[in-house]
Amino acid sequence: MRIIVLAKQVPDTKNVTGEVMKPDGTLNRAALAAIFNPEDLNALEMALDLKDRYGAEVIVITMGPPRAADILRDALCRGADRVILLSDRRFAGADTLATSYTIAQAITTHLMPFDLVVCGRQAIDGDTAQVPPQVAEKLGIPQVTYAVEVLELSDGRMRLRRDLGRREEVVEAELPLLITVPRTANRPRWPNARRLLKYRHARCGFELEAEARRRRCEVEEVLADLKARGLYIETWGAEEIQADLARIGLGGSPTKVKKVDSVVLKGRSLRFFTPDDKGIKELVSELIEERTFG
Amino acid sequence: MSQHGEVWTFAEIEDGQIAGVSLELLGKGRELARALGVPLAAVLLGHRIRSLADRLFAYGADIVYGADHECLAEYTTLPYARVLTNLIRERKPEIVLYGATPLGRDLAPRVASALKTGLTADCTDLQIGSYESGGRVYQNKLLQIRPAWGGNIIATIVSPDHVPEMATVREGVMRVPDPVEGRTGTYIEVPVNPEPGDFKVRILERRTRPKRVDLRSAAIIVAGGYGMGSRENFALIHELAGVLGGAVGASRAAVDAGFIDAEHQIGQTGTTVRPKLYIACGISGAVQHRAGMEESAKILAINIDPEAPIFSVAHYGIVGDVREVIPKLIKALRGKL
Repeated sequence: MRIIVLAKQVPDTKNVTGEVMKPDGTLNRAALAAIFNPEDLNALEMALDLKDRYGAEVIVITMGPPRAADILRDALCRGADRVILLSDRRFAGADTLATSYTIAQAITTHLMPFDLVVCGRQAIDGDTAQVPPQVAEKLGIPQVTYAVEVLELSDGRMRLRRDLGRREEVVEAELPLLITVPRTANRPRWPNARRLLKYRHARCGFELEAEARRRRCEVEEVLADLKARGLYIETWGAEEIQADLARIGLGGSPTKVKKVDSVVLKGRSLRFFTPDDKGIKELVSELIEERTFG
Repeated sequence: MSQHGEVWTFAEIEDGQIAGVSLELLGKGRELARALGVPLAAVLLGHRIRSLADRLFAYGADIVYGADHECLAEYTTLPYARVLTNLIRERKPEIVLYGATPLGRDLAPRVASALKTGLTADCTDLQIGSYESGGRVYQNKLLQIRPAWGGNIIATIVSPDHVPEMATVREGVMRVPDPVEGRTGTYIEVPVNPEPGDFKVRILERRTRPKRVDLRSAAIIVAGGYGMGSRENFALIHELAGVLGGAVGASRAAVDAGFIDAEHQIGQTGTTVRPKLYIACGISGAVQHRAGMEESAKILAINIDPEAPIFSVAHYGIVGDVREVIPKLIKALRGKL
């Protein structure tokens, strides 16, 4: 079974500390740490668990700048068999439609046939949850979003439990299939110590020159050595995936950002009351006077 | 005759009724349709839906496109996406809006991908306005306004060259219009011809959890955060809510810490609320939480840390230990209410 996991490197928007807050109350986006999108780790865990149960080849793909190779090294350390970096200046500025085209194109040109695509429910930078269903549509396969558990896999069919908040469903879906996984599905495993020692040395196409300088040898030698040891992070640009240049990056994106406003903490007329009986009585009287209780 | 296509809203069915968010869409959809000078339509997919169409007329739809078929009785992605995609291709609406519910977020991207058009997720406001780019001015575009980066920025998105312009809209943010009983409109029946490919996903079981928590319609919400310290201390939140006849809310940190179930979560990944009174206890007030409650009419914040960001959106503040302040507050309220 071939399982493809889609992952994204994101700014850590959930841990906004004082240092990333500018004096005017807005966010210094460049100061945010870049992390493995949390729910993509749940997706990877789901794939690795299926590998443990049924046997599978787990391939992780990310699209992003060269430094997104960091999350692919992490994926290798956690148990991925193969990782692919989609990176090209021409991919930059892509909205969800252009992103889904690029990813689907990488899959159809190089990774057919596959059985399952597993994605995190959404990424914490955009919170859109749009790329997975769009990739499924482009691949012409069904989708099951909010999948929290794979109950059974047999005869090219998968039985899954979905958690939709107020509703729960058990569905049966034909493979090949795309699923999205929320954070409640599982607890991602930690990187394996032995794999960590090996795969922290993995390098993507953009890191070959620096590696060659460090080793004082030719780029070709480094590449051959990394490939032989399973440490090369496959790196594909627009040509490798035979992309239609009109459908990638900013130019291939129907949506445009008209403007971005930083959220500034609003000042309000705030009245403090003391935390003793007297202060609290005053507060309650005030709330009653203002008819706050209806 | 307007040069624009119609404004469409996707009508979601929940427990046999039109979902609240779909009614909210009709209110905003009416504003947009008026600005463009076009009719407002609702698209309704399901089985035996004719009576639901009347609800949509009452809430402002001029037209209801009804696709009534057994195979649409329960929502599954593939037939819904196919029927809707074909209908959009045929009728060419200008704008299509969906609720940002699990269903809307499953369906809308699939349709957008098939139509190769833009889609903006989880909008908190929509307006008609102009967009300028490369010396060209686009008039009467849908300005799609949404928070991003964990609520730290607000982005305005447009799809200048693609129709339809599509967006999902966050639940609970737009106001439900007042219904006009007996108001009618045009019902247009959409033919449905199932295809074998529609049934690659089958629902074997479906369970609806009882709706124990209704945060969106609560007039008073008492919410607890990580600062409550433990599940045991969280009982104070339940007690205070009980005295006030309010609902119990929570921050994500309190949910993650196991103090309370996720269905109580308020904020960007939980429910958006705007009660008459919001009491935030031991909640520091991360942007994600504030995004879900800052429109409350009155906010009382109780926190040990005078620098907590929650005070930046509060009207009343008490700096103190929640474990001491809440019992005092309960006592004072019992004497007054």
